Amino acid sequence: MTPSAVALTIIFFIVGVGTAVGFYAGTRHKMTLEQWTVGGRGFGIVLMWLLMAGEIYTTFTFLGASGWAYSRGGPALYIIGYQPLAFLVSFYILPLVWEAGQKHRLQTQADFFRVRYGSKHLAALVALLGVVCIVPYLQLQLTGLGIIVEGASFGGIGRAPAMLCAFTLVAAFVFFSGVRGVAWVSVLKDILLLFAALFVGIAVPYIYFGGIGPMFTAVIQAHPSHLMMPGATKNFGHPWYITSVFMTAVGFFMWPQNFAASYSAKSGDTLRRNAMVMPMYSITMPLMFFVGLTALMVIPGLSNGDLSLLTLVRKTFPPWFLGVIGGAGALTAMVPSAILILTAATLFAKNICRDLFAPNMTDRGVALLARVMVLVVTAAALVSAIHSSLSLVSLLLVGYAGVAQFFPGVVLGLFSKRVTLPGVFAGLVTGFTVALVLMLSQRDPFHGLNAGFLAFCINFLVTGIVSYCTPVEPYRLDDAPASAIPAEGPYAH
Amino acid sequence: MRRPALGAILWGVIPFAGTCFSVGLWDRINPRVLGLPFSYFWLISWLFLTPLCTWRAYRIEAKRDAAARTPRQRGEA
Repeated sequence: MTPSAVALTIIFFIVGVGTAVGFYAGTRHKMTLEQWTVGGRGFGIVLMWLLMAGEIYTTFTFLGASGWAYSRGGPALYIIGYQPLAFLVSFYILPLVWEAGQKHRLQTQADFFRVRYGSKHLAALVALLGVVCIVPYLQLQLTGLGIIVEGASFGGIGRAPAMLCAFTLVAAFVFFSGVRGVAWVSVLKDILLLFAALFVGIAVPYIYFGGIGPMFTAVIQAHPSHLMMPGATKNFGHPWYITSVFMTAVGFFMWPQNFAASYSAKSGDTLRRNAMVMPMYSITMPLMFFVGLTALMVIPGLSNGDLSLLTLVRKTFPPWFLGVIGGAGALTAMVPSAILILTAATLFAKNICRDLFAPNMTDRGVALLARVMVLVVTAAALVSAIHSSLSLVSLLLVGYAGVAQFFPGVVLGLFSKRVTLPGVFAGLVTGFTVALVLMLSQRDPFHGLNAGFLAFCINFLVTGIVSYCTPVEPYRLDDAPASAIPAEGPYAH
Repeated sequence: MRRPALGAILWGVIPFAGTCFSVGLWDRINPRVLGLPFSYFWLISWLFLTPLCTWRAYRIEAKRDAAARTPRQRGEA
């Protein structure tokens, strides 16, 4: 067997086992909309941890972090900086979101906005913007997957056919198993990812430099400014770091899939305890940085930093090991993709199609439509992945700038009785527009500040001012839940 | 909606101060700790210090929950 055949066989084997686990876990429960989207709201701390880790540690952890350490140096530290803070923020917010979700039987992020502000139009807007943000994130996963198969096949299989294959599989997997299946595949994925990160992150610096310390010494000697901000970049200095960390930390649980994951928890306390333990899992991030920095010394001059991890692994280890790493990487792309697709499809079917156009649709109809949307969303991301050349981290930052705009509506919605529907509507539209304009006109960072952060501040300001200028509205989260969700079918609990 | 206790929020401000706003103080290579540049050592430490702060906040919130427990069911043990 050629080296690429060995590596690819192992990758496909791992992906196959992962998919089988997902199917098995998914088919043991009757697939109502409630099971499919929120797993019947019975996840304890272990499953919850797996679901969150499944969503959070994506192919970005794997390829993007090492890629930025390789190509940009210092600014990559923002990744280790924001993760613990994101969980810290979740500690204060998610238990309350869970409580509202439990009471009003919420299934999506847009549902929260509909109940809190009493407007299905705001909910549809939130759903639409959520899907818009999910597409670049999904595209990130697809691109990562393409890089993995391309790398493992030594260039033998092109990126586009690789992405096509893998995503057919992911779409099928989401279609049949829903959120519970995804949480269980996370087990396999996390074990492999942890093993791969620990082993590669420690072994690679040892093989080339005799240790992590000597590796850093070599990097410092060769590139004295690489490890500090702004590193190899011009304008990613300290103001950029502060604004980016802040925006990503608050934006993190505003991702529709992360927000909705809290509904799957058994209790608010599960989420609090989860927030306590999750940051320690981020220990894989610095290890990925070690790999990226070693690659900087051993294989300088790669055109795309995102390739650094796989190129280095291919150069250092036998093909079967490349296969294991590739398989772990492929699962870390597929699991979050599955969740992203599931979230986007549900938002589309429930909060846009049903709420705006077909109010009489039953839950069963929504579940069916959502499954059709799985295919549509996957195809959209696939097309945009094949035609785009943004780096993995850049794609992530674009999505974050968008989702962070939900924060004022959520947090003021939870803690303020004065915030109003016109306020949130105006803030959201302004914030999103500012973020989009700055991002698309290549003005990020804007005068050294993260563009999404600026949009976020403007959003907060507009929300506040407009709310104070409009009449007080009732605090609808305390309303009786009956009006919250339109007529439920026989599958409602 | 019940807001978190002031004490719990203060514990949450500490990690933000430590890893976000203070970047100018710790973004440096020397002194090296365990072979790591100081910035790496600092941020890795906070992967463990942040849960500690969250745990303190959790204790405060849990105590308040227990004190104000309503007849309504509040989650599992």
